[in-house]
Amino acid sequence: MPPSQTKTALRVRNLRKAFKDVVAVDGVDLEVRSGECFGLLGPNGAGKTTTIEICEGLTAADSGEVEVLGLRWSSDASTLRQKLGIQLQETQLAEKLTVFETLSLFRSFFLQGPGAEEAIRMVQLEEKRGARVGALSGGQKQRLALACALVGDPDLLFLDEPTTGLDPQARRQLWELIEEFKAAGRTILLTTHYMEEAERLCDRVAIMDHGKIMTQGTPRELIAGIGVEHVVEFSAGSNALDMDRVRGVAGVRDVRSENGSVLLQVTELHRAVPALLEELGRQSVPLTELRTHSATLEDVFVHLTGRHLRDE
Amino acid sequence: MSKRGFMDHALVQLTLMRMREFIREPEALFWSMIFPLALAAGLGIAFRNRPPEVLKIAAVTPRLTEALRQEKQLDVMQLPPQLAEQFVRTGKVALAAEPAADGTVVYRYDDTNPEGRQARMLADQAIQRAAGRQDPIAGRDQIMREPGSRYIDFLIPGLIGMGIMGNSIWGMGFSIVDARRKKLMKRIVATPMPKHYYLLSFLLWRMILLPVDVGVPLAFGALVFDVPLRGSFVALAAACVLASLCFSAVGLLLASRVRTIEAVSGLMNVVMVPMWILSGVFFSSQRFPDLVQPLIKALPLTAVIDALRANMLQGSGLAQVAPQAGVLGAWLVVCFGFALRLFRWR
Repeated sequence: MPPSQTKTALRVRNLRKAFKDVVAVDGVDLEVRSGECFGLLGPNGAGKTTTIEICEGLTAADSGEVEVLGLRWSSDASTLRQKLGIQLQETQLAEKLTVFETLSLFRSFFLQGPGAEEAIRMVQLEEKRGARVGALSGGQKQRLALACALVGDPDLLFLDEPTTGLDPQARRQLWELIEEFKAAGRTILLTTHYMEEAERLCDRVAIMDHGKIMTQGTPRELIAGIGVEHVVEFSAGSNALDMDRVRGVAGVRDVRSENGSVLLQVTELHRAVPALLEELGRQSVPLTELRTHSATLEDVFVHLTGRHLRDE
Repeated sequence: MSKRGFMDHALVQLTLMRMREFIREPEALFWSMIFPLALAAGLGIAFRNRPPEVLKIAAVTPRLTEALRQEKQLDVMQLPPQLAEQFVRTGKVALAAEPAADGTVVYRYDDTNPEGRQARMLADQAIQRAAGRQDPIAGRDQIMREPGSRYIDFLIPGLIGMGIMGNSIWGMGFSIVDARRKKLMKRIVATPMPKHYYLLSFLLWRMILLPVDVGVPLAFGALVFDVPLRGSFVALAAACVLASLCFSAVGLLLASRVRTIEAVSGLMNVVMVPMWILSGVFFSSQRFPDLVQPLIKALPLTAVIDALRANMLQGSGLAQVAPQAGVLGAWLVVCFGFALRLFRWR
């Protein structure tokens, strides 16, 4: 990796963009540090793609500042293009070309970087080297798109919804590749509406909704920020339950009923669960279901907006 | 890093992409190459200059048969009266001649059929001459059947012009809109590629394909139908290159903003179909009223076809086709100028 002059790879200030009367991006501030993987997480229509495309120099902002690798689109566009690796959402590469031909084409646009063969190796498409793009599976196409973003040996990689529409196996395969790039010290900005993806890949995450950044930080910070570490969900069938006494169980911060189940937000699972079982024993209420999960970015999103990420 | 060769140049790679997309699309190959040839062959055969036609007629008596056989353009068979009449009715012969009781000759034929009327004229002339008629003025025939004035000679330059137009407009319009629709164009402009390379690669590919676009129908016409090539080759090539650039500019303009294949197909048809009809591909544009002639002359397809016909059939040089070159050049500049202003990369 060529050394970067600044420690900040991308700086966005007070970015605004409206399409006709829809405000897509409404005062966004972001800072992506060199060497980190930064995630823009939000539901469809939150303004993630517009934000990333403004950073990529493909869309002009109405107002605000964008500084990429210490450079600006208005004055340094051609230098910047050489330094960025871009994967767009829903690009269909030329179907009649083979994997190798496609990468040779993209490689020819850059002054330096790995050759087509090496790029094929980086995304593990060796077996599909001579296959037409039209004959690839969804996951293979996404890996090829990723390889197209890598042929210029970019200082900053933009990935817009890299795993949308893929089956779980193809998604995991792509995650492993992105983790390898992270390990190699590349700076990545990715957008996603999958909270698992953001949690797994991103060092820091900004949660976006209706064109605004709701909150940003490491996934751990964001989850800790809502003051809940775990969620315990149980069902006692049709038996009467003294809810006040459940509320009094050690470590329980909030109690909520949803579809016949009781949801407890707790801080310390190892204290709360035995205490809960003891309390249910005292009330002689049989347990028909018991589940626990650690709080996720989804819970953060619900906490912030009252909606689920996948609602839209 | 390995040294970069010719093949690593962006313009070469982009042009290779055009070539690969074209040759790997069998339909494109068919419509742009084989279909025009089939059309030329079909029309060439349908409108070929046949030897003077011999008309089949019937006569019912040996004497009439004998008299009619003096006329070389008639093929006479002798039939009994009923059969002769039936043959006329079913169109197997153009006319039946039989003597009437009063010494006259009765001709049975359909007067709405040109062959019937022609047979009537020839048969009557033969019978009158056999009976001793002398023509007061003798006529002599001088036959003109030169290559260059036949329908196929007229048609081949028309088809070449139509081919240049169709291949250029389709080649630009379809590829550009398809790349825009698939967001491939947006992806490519997100790379450091110089944008003019993208458009230049289309033109390069058109120029590579042009000798085939033009050469195939030209060779076909020359070899199969002996269509003449009287003008200079350089002038012919110059006209074709200018035409191809001009129609590529038209295609670029049509595709400059459109996002769907349906929309660009509609636009291309709106532009091309009137020219197919007006510009004299299949029949002379002189048949349209004088009022619209200036308009027809200003169409780029008319200009190409007129220039090609002048070159191939009359042997005109560059100077004589200057007005046509002017028309093409004007369309090229205007369309390209607007296309660059309107063009959208996404």
